[in-house]
Amino acid sequence: MSSLYDVLRDRIRAEAPVALATVIDGPALGGRLVVVPDDESPGSLGSLGHPELDRVVRRDALAELEAGRSGIRHYGPEGQTTPEDLVDTPVVRVFVESWSPPPEMWIFGAVDFTAALAKVAKVLGYRVTVCDAREIFATRRRFPMADEVRVTWPTPMFEQRGDTLGPRDAVCILTHDPKFDVPAVEGALATRVGYIGVMGSRRTHDTRLERLAEVGIDTPEQLERLMSPIGLDIGARTPEETAISICAEIIARRTGRAAPSLRDGEGAIHG
Amino acid sequence: MKELLDDLDRWRADGKRIAVARVVDIEGSGPRDPGAAMAVSIEGEVVGSVSGGCVEGAVVTEALAVLHGERDPGIVTFGYSDDDAFAVGLTCGGTIRLFIEELDW
Repeated sequence: MSSLYDVLRDRIRAEAPVALATVIDGPALGGRLVVVPDDESPGSLGSLGHPELDRVVRRDALAELEAGRSGIRHYGPEGQTTPEDLVDTPVVRVFVESWSPPPEMWIFGAVDFTAALAKVAKVLGYRVTVCDAREIFATRRRFPMADEVRVTWPTPMFEQRGDTLGPRDAVCILTHDPKFDVPAVEGALATRVGYIGVMGSRRTHDTRLERLAEVGIDTPEQLERLMSPIGLDIGARTPEETAISICAEIIARRTGRAAPSLRDGEGAIHG
Repeated sequence: MKELLDDLDRWRADGKRIAVARVVDIEGSGPRDPGAAMAVSIEGEVVGSVSGGCVEGAVVTEALAVLHGERDPGIVTFGYSDDDAFAVGLTCGGTIRLFIEELDW
């Protein structure tokens, strides 16, 4: 029979989502529970010492897994969670460590900036997919660093796989071409993706806004999600520097830091 | 943990006992996030890291103590907020908590 460690190890290796909850302080020190998502067996393995505690920690571990987070949580020995229930009980401290599949980055447009962005995104741990409708540009040879290169228009890509995107993922639209940009923005906005960036000069951005309005994308909520022009205002010039400015913007948006985005400024981008 | 798996497999195949130290909490500035891990075999071999090199030596000592039954598995704290003036600290001034246990599960 496989040990808990065997199950954990095999899932980490396969990049399949899994969480490990360990009692690091309290009555059942060293108790542990391996948690996998609802639709997969074996569900959970092991125990933290009480069935109700197992149930509550499993619920919380699934949330941590979804967010790709690890940290300590506090409970009562029988799974109590509210402050009133925790009075006069020993505290059980549980470390929940989660292993989520790598975040996704979809890059639309097989241009020079794409190769540089795919490279930097790989360094940050993204699973990178490059998409372009033009067969001669969207080749593995040009993007050996990408995990996947697809010859496709944006709409079918989002129809097939858009529902797999979540808050940790990113869509970067580098095409500069309205007939590609507009459906890509439309597709991305229909998903839960955490970051949507669109490349182009400020003038390109203004004409793009007009075309987006023509297809009904004009509410403040929709436009707030678009980082356009894409990237932080660090004076990036080369494809590599631009890739850094895009990835830095993704990090700053995630952490909520006030790094200056190009979107929120004025004047020349490469000035 | 992922980067430790190959070594853990090898040590386990050789029948060596192993202790694992995982970062569970950080206060203030800390170089590695919760989940950063290192492992120590009963023969004193080490893989992984839990800081920028500041506390690894002390962690090896604690991990071997767990394997030799000289201390219980549990939380070990390093940092300047520690009352023990001789405690090993992080040069960045933060506090780091590790959970050290034997990998016997």
